[in-house]
Amino acid sequence: MHRAFCWLLAAFLALAAPAYAAEMDARLEPLVRGLGAGSYADTEKALAKLAETGDPAAVPVIEALQAGDLHVRKPDGAVVVAKRSGNGYALTDPVTGAPIGEADRNAVEKIKVNNALRRSMSAALGALTLMSPNAGTRWQAAEAVFKSRDANALDALNAALAKETDEGVKRAMTQARASVLLGSSAPDDDKLAAIEVLKDRGDQDALALLNGAASGGSDAVKAAAEKAVAAVENRLALWGAAQNLWYGLSLGSVLLLAAIGLAVTFGVMGVINMAHGEMVMIGAYATFLVQEAFRAWAPGLFDLSILVALPVAFLVSGAVGVVIERSVIRWLYGRPLETLLATWGLSLALQQAVRSLFGPTNREVGAPSWMSGAFQVGGLTITYGRLWIVVFAFLVFAALLVALRKTWFGLSIRAVTQNRNMASAMGIRTARVDALTFGLGSGIAGLAGVALSQIDNVSPNLGQGYIIDSFMVVVFGGVGNLWGTLVGALALGSVNKFLEPYAGAVLGKILVLIFIILFIQRRPRGLFALKGRAVEA
Amino acid sequence: MLTRFLLLGLDKKAGVLLAVLALLAVAVPVMALGTAPDSAWHLSTHTVALLGKYLCFALLALALDLVWGYVGILSLGHAAFFTLGGYAMGMYLMRQIGPRGVYGNPILPDFMVFLNWKELPWYWHGFDQFWFAAIMVVLVPGALAFAFGWFAFRSRVTGVYLSIITQALTFALMLAFFRNDMGFGGNNGLTDFKEILGFDIQAASTRVGLFVATVVALAIGYVLASSIVASKLGKVLVAVRDAESRVRFLGYETERYKLFAWTLSACMAGVAGALYVPQVGIINPSEFSPASSIEAVIWVAVGGRGTLAGAILGAVLVNFGKSYFTAALPELWLFALGGLFVLVTLFLPKGILGLAAQLRQRLPSRGAVAAKPADQKGV
Amino acid sequence: MSAEDTLLYLDGVSVSFDGFRALNSLSLLIEPGEMRAIIGPNGAGKTTMMDVITGKTRPDTGTILFEGKTDLTAMREAGIANLGIGRKFQRPTVFENHTVWDNLELALKAPRRPLKTLTYAVSRDDRVRIEEILDITRLSPKRERQAGSLSHGEKQWLEIGMLLAQDPKLLLVDEPVAGMTDAETEQTARLLKDIAGKHSVIVVEHDMVFVRELGVKVTVLHEGSVLAEGSLDAVSANQQVIDVYLGR
Ligand SMILES: Nc1ncnc2c1ncn2[C@@H]1O[C@H](COP(=O)(O)OP(=O)(O)O)[C@@H](O)[C@H]1O
Ligand SMILES: [Mg+2]
Repeated sequence: MHRAFCWLLAAFLALAAPAYAAEMDARLEPLVRGLGAGSYADTEKALAKLAETGDPAAVPVIEALQAGDLHVRKPDGAVVVAKRSGNGYALTDPVTGAPIGEADRNAVEKIKVNNALRRSMSAALGALTLMSPNAGTRWQAAEAVFKSRDANALDALNAALAKETDEGVKRAMTQARASVLLGSSAPDDDKLAAIEVLKDRGDQDALALLNGAASGGSDAVKAAAEKAVAAVENRLALWGAAQNLWYGLSLGSVLLLAAIGLAVTFGVMGVINMAHGEMVMIGAYATFLVQEAFRAWAPGLFDLSILVALPVAFLVSGAVGVVIERSVIRWLYGRPLETLLATWGLSLALQQAVRSLFGPTNREVGAPSWMSGAFQVGGLTITYGRLWIVVFAFLVFAALLVALRKTWFGLSIRAVTQNRNMASAMGIRTARVDALTFGLGSGIAGLAGVALSQIDNVSPNLGQGYIIDSFMVVVFGGVGNLWGTLVGALALGSVNKFLEPYAGAVLGKILVLIFIILFIQRRPRGLFALKGRAVEA
Repeated sequence: MLTRFLLLGLDKKAGVLLAVLALLAVAVPVMALGTAPDSAWHLSTHTVALLGKYLCFALLALALDLVWGYVGILSLGHAAFFTLGGYAMGMYLMRQIGPRGVYGNPILPDFMVFLNWKELPWYWHGFDQFWFAAIMVVLVPGALAFAFGWFAFRSRVTGVYLSIITQALTFALMLAFFRNDMGFGGNNGLTDFKEILGFDIQAASTRVGLFVATVVALAIGYVLASSIVASKLGKVLVAVRDAESRVRFLGYETERYKLFAWTLSACMAGVAGALYVPQVGIINPSEFSPASSIEAVIWVAVGGRGTLAGAILGAVLVNFGKSYFTAALPELWLFALGGLFVLVTLFLPKGILGLAAQLRQRLPSRGAVAAKPADQKGV
Repeated sequence: MSAEDTLLYLDGVSVSFDGFRALNSLSLLIEPGEMRAIIGPNGAGKTTMMDVITGKTRPDTGTILFEGKTDLTAMREAGIANLGIGRKFQRPTVFENHTVWDNLELALKAPRRPLKTLTYAVSRDDRVRIEEILDITRLSPKRERQAGSLSHGEKQWLEIGMLLAQDPKLLLVDEPVAGMTDAETEQTARLLKDIAGKHSVIVVEHDMVFVRELGVKVTVLHEGSVLAEGSLDAVSANQQVIDVYLGR
């Protein structure tokens, strides 16, 4: 009964067939039909003919074949795109994409492909898309040929190269051509030229091709390929180092952001603030709240949310800092170890408070569009998010430096830290300076929180992950010296990233910690130590 | 000479403390083993283990007070020594499991079989012997402390810097022990112990035995520590705490004194850890976390630094509070603990015993001049 | 005089802090049993000189020999103290949480190694010696008091008492009478003169009355080097010295 129904349906569809066949591109139609002719060889032949047309309309057909969606409808032998829907298949026209009804499972038969056919398909697609009016598509097509090294694409490539005007695409096509030539039985001269082209490309893929060439072929080609391999390897090593340096800089700037507020509270005021990490965490949660507000009331302006979050986080964390200074820390000046304990207690309480308010799980903080994506510089991949964090870290550092050097507030801070009594005698309100300095350090931690919300999980434990690292940076760089903090952060970041490939992330970190422990033994006051009697007190 | 030295430490405070410990050593076994399970006086194995745990923490606090209260070294890494001692004991207990593990391998602990290891790593050898493990319990933390202190004290790293690098030390150890290829069971640590010295580790009588051992260890630790602080060496330590450079100009090599106290303290912490592991049944790398070290500091601060007995009192009180809070009001525990840190440093800088001493001083009396509470100026 | 005959021999000692020369090629000889007074305006480098001798500060250049043979520049503070060089600081530093008695006990000449101090018991001789020093420094009634509760003058005396207990060959005394009454100053001068018989002493002092009372050879320090040397009268008549003192 079921089968009978199927036949009925198929018959109905067969009747409807002429209705869409007319719409099919007259030139492509027989070629497309040829794809379903039967043997692999027949399909291959039809594919080649389809590619020769150079008609972009053939692209979706081949893509459907690649995806395994191209079927032959049994009753009439028409080639259709069939996608599963419920028990049966939904059919569409392979060229126009127009829906042409449904079919039972047994009414269509998938066009089978083998590996040889798969390769021809990508070559054919390559050849077709090489002519696309869109430069991006052409570039992708050239890259596809570069990877597939399909000799069949050579003619299409030459034809496309002759017409190509875009420099970037032209280069990609030349490289694709070189890749194909190097794998073919082309004369040595062509191969030598190809080796030069690949050497200039100089990436991992080119290296693989050149390595292949170095292991076979004529002596001249071999020698040239070997030289090229060496050159490319050098270049790659350099780019690798550059990439590590960038990662190091990127981690270093994260450390700098986390440590710079500490450099103010610990370095300038001598206050050990173990709740510093929680100031960072509060900054991150402030970012979350600001983004929620944007989502609720101004989703269109979401890209601006981070910019708004900056002052908000600074003020919120700064205010919390001022409250902490006024209520706890001011009673503990001159007793650094007690300060350490009290602020540790505060950090526990703050974590728990945030956990009670926002729950223990991670909160979603989105990236604005201008912070997502990446770009290439030579062999270097740089994500916009990281780039902005590096820039931001340096901006914050510079701003702090200027604030301490050039403003009256900075002058008061320095006066109070150098000689409290004298400063007080000169009419500086030391208590207020203390509170504001602590607020400044905490506010900067809040700014760090905005940045870290982009690369880390926003959870109540966010700050814990940074507190030890921050202390290491400040102590390593030398307490009371902002430049030391900068150098310390960048140095530790880079050392960490250069160790990682050899030792793994965790062991690398352990090694860095051990290094710092040993370093402090040698230079108890850090890299850029202050000298003199003041520090001995 | 030894008896004379030990007698130094036996003042009135020590008498009270030792009496309390002796009472515990008698009463707990009687209540746990000699009463019917439904009697109001009965102590469950769980309670015995809990009390034992408190006393292990008390020993850790005592060790910490020796260096913080009397030498002024605020260690934020004492949990490292505690945990190393615990791991040494844990390794012994793992080897005692023998073929009773899930994989039934007579030599390799389960986690090694799981990692597809074929052989016991060299540093696991010998731990099938109790005496060897017992030596390692003291030796490993002691050696680490000695090496660390040797460098740190000679280069005169002091105060906050020292605190921060002790924290880095325990943090580095935590990261290291989290790694599977360290051979200490990674994340999960060492657990599923079966027996200790041939006794079933779950049995009530074994638990009571472990408890009594802990009481004895604590008593010995206390007498040792209080004899040391009452000796001339103890006076040098306090002098180092208050004015280290002045002590040097008197001809004392302060590094050696600090190293002595520091290493001894680490060994005591190691013993505490070793007693802790069989009673709680597990040791894992999270014990290394900087948070646990700092928590131990607050026990000492609550009881009163530089009083020894205060450290014990503080450890028991705070941990009792923790058990209560985490069961009854888990949300509030971190608020309570955090608040404790703040309140004690602000309002009770000399801890409970310090406060008691101050109150007593109000009344005229010829108090014996024994160990003096720490002065807050010396950092 | 050759270095061998001296107790303390400083030659060409220089120290600078961040470019500032606190000692500038300083040379000084102290004979065994000699008492020397050192005067000089504030910042002349007197305390720094003591720092350099006792190992607190390392000289950039120069030689410092003790008893003509031991090179002090290579030693650490404790080692130098154990050679027999005692020091009293400009700001009195005693162990405030210890009793007066314990302060003296800690200073008393005795083995300095940890294990030795662990098993140390006060012997009869030690007791007698401490009693003696308590008498000399008039601190007997306060022996059980915490040193932190003493007055400024008493702390000065306690520190001098600690010096005596140490029984060093050379005493470096930095401004011993600062904050003392006239009577106390006089007593201190007498005490130091008593000591000088058996020990060598270097006294740094501003108080001219006190220096006159001591009646010993005087060295004037200025900007880190020796400006003049001789009896107090001779030095006071020196035009350079007058300029330095009045010029400030
Ligand atoms: N550790 C130090 N760091 C920087 N400057 C110092 C240090 N010690 C001494 N000085 C400087 O050296 C000079 C001499 O000081 P000092 O020896 O104390 O003089 P005085 O003769 O008054 O005792 C002073 O200007 C002082 O500021
Ligand atoms: Mg001076």
